[in-house]
Amino acid sequence: MTPPGELAIETRDLRKVFGGVVAVRGLSLQVPRGEIFGFLGPNGAGKSTSIKMLLGLVTPTAGEAFVLGAPSGDVAVRRRIGFLPEDFRFYDWLSATELLRLHGRLSGMAAAALRRRVPEVLELVGLGAEAGRRLRGFSKGMLQRVGLAQALVHEPEVVFLDEPTSGLDPMGRRMVRDVLRAERDRGATVFLNSHFLSEIEVTCDRVAFIRDGQVVATRDLGDGAAAERLRVVVRARNLAPDALAGLTRWTTDARREDERLTFTVRSEDVLPDVLRHLVASGADVRHFAPERVSLEEQFVQIMGGEPGAAA
Amino acid sequence: MRQIWIMAGVTVREASRRKILWAALVGSAVLLLVFAVSLRLQVVEFQSRPLSPFLRYQVESGMLIVGLYTCDLVAVVLTILASMDTLAGEIGSGTIHAVATKPLARWQLFLGKFAGFGGMIVVYVAASFWATVAVAHAVAGVVPEHLLAGMLLIVFECLVALAVTFLGGTFLTTVATGVMALGLQGLAFMGGWLEQVSGFSQAQHIVTVGIVTSLLMPGESLWRRAAYEMQTPLAASLSFSPFANVSIPSLVALGYAAAYLLIVLAVGLRHFNRRDL
Repeated sequence: MTPPGELAIETRDLRKVFGGVVAVRGLSLQVPRGEIFGFLGPNGAGKSTSIKMLLGLVTPTAGEAFVLGAPSGDVAVRRRIGFLPEDFRFYDWLSATELLRLHGRLSGMAAAALRRRVPEVLELVGLGAEAGRRLRGFSKGMLQRVGLAQALVHEPEVVFLDEPTSGLDPMGRRMVRDVLRAERDRGATVFLNSHFLSEIEVTCDRVAFIRDGQVVATRDLGDGAAAERLRVVVRARNLAPDALAGLTRWTTDARREDERLTFTVRSEDVLPDVLRHLVASGADVRHFAPERVSLEEQFVQIMGGEPGAAA
Repeated sequence: MRQIWIMAGVTVREASRRKILWAALVGSAVLLLVFAVSLRLQVVEFQSRPLSPFLRYQVESGMLIVGLYTCDLVAVVLTILASMDTLAGEIGSGTIHAVATKPLARWQLFLGKFAGFGGMIVVYVAASFWATVAVAHAVAGVVPEHLLAGMLLIVFECLVALAVTFLGGTFLTTVATGVMALGLQGLAFMGGWLEQVSGFSQAQHIVTVGIVTSLLMPGESLWRRAAYEMQTPLAASLSFSPFANVSIPSLVALGYAAAYLLIVLAVGLRHFNRRDL
């Protein structure tokens, strides 16, 4: 377990009840510093409420939440936090530059730092040419970009991004991915809530699946596709009961239908051992095919395969 | 303190950019023009018939009080309309999320906005008040009594309306906030005028109704005190003029209004601090 000082975000049995309706039911998670952490779950799972509790916008009914070692909502620590809300709305009578200056000033930035940083971050999100334009004339994607810029303008240590790519075109999504990686390289922690699982898959170091306000599973995605789960389909004769029982060392979901055997494993590194085990137990293996289980498939499996759960 | 000033500045800039300030100033200029023309017509009318200068001054001073009452009404209504969206609207739309997660306490956000509107109210009331007085002086040569006290009481009344609107904004939606604040103002207005009517009927129970409405919303009593301060001594002593004071709001009533303002602000702040956004 990561020492507490190294955690960017930590929650312990965090709970929120709105008028008898449980929105978050005992959320416990730890996010080490310098990680891009994905927060996944179907609509209504309690993701946004959890983020709001971490940011002090919503008061927990029970439990504790810490960001950078301070209780959630701590005013001083907010200087080191950036946030892009899901429905980014801001004073549309401001220009992009004015908006960033306002947020920078509220975050305690000095005038000289603002003069340097505001054009820089607007360029970063591809809005350098729109710096003086009022937000009223911005498209949804442009608002999303300027929202990302305001979350990053003060170079925070932790960035919370709630659906940062929902209004962006493919180029914009790529820009966000690049920005997130650059933030991680800078040492920042990114807490990412997104419905675009394919993006989470290639961006995040780790993900947590949340359902009914609880973390139901976590996955390490650190090495990208190589770290993903693999589904193995085997066709073999003479599959003895011992052969199946022995598979529990690598898998918990082995299923046999006549000569067909399917199971999932966490890493391709175990595949040679699995194959050796099957052969040693007397099975005549004719087909041994590992295939990648996408994050979306995992999402659907974990969430119970509800239609639209992976939307 | 820096954060409060930043929020106050944003509030003023918003009013300017969204043309709230300019609409208020243009509207007031039109009202001022109507007032100037009416007063001039009255002056011309008086010049055509024999009337003692004393009586003429009383009537023209009465017209000035009408002009100032219009300033007061417009300022209070503008205060409510301009500010009813600032908390309720931003909470409802989620606009407040990006600001409330910055390193400023919620009380700083709340008081920053209040200071921004409060500052604009002072400027607006001062501008419309002194412009009305200047027009009356230029056209008819009349000047109200206790000018500064009268103006400060109108500012005070607007700040009470602002505090009530801010309190509503922490609990209600934008429209409900406006309805609540204007409704309370209307209640106080009705109570105040019922008290005036009681000057003719000598009905004590109507005075009681007026006192109760003043307790619920002390804004109108502040205007009545302002009118009492600014009227000529003769007008103030007449119980049948539109701005007569059957029961002049006392210093205790002013103290109550000050306490009301502070309590309403404190309750609003407390609720804004605790509520989920």
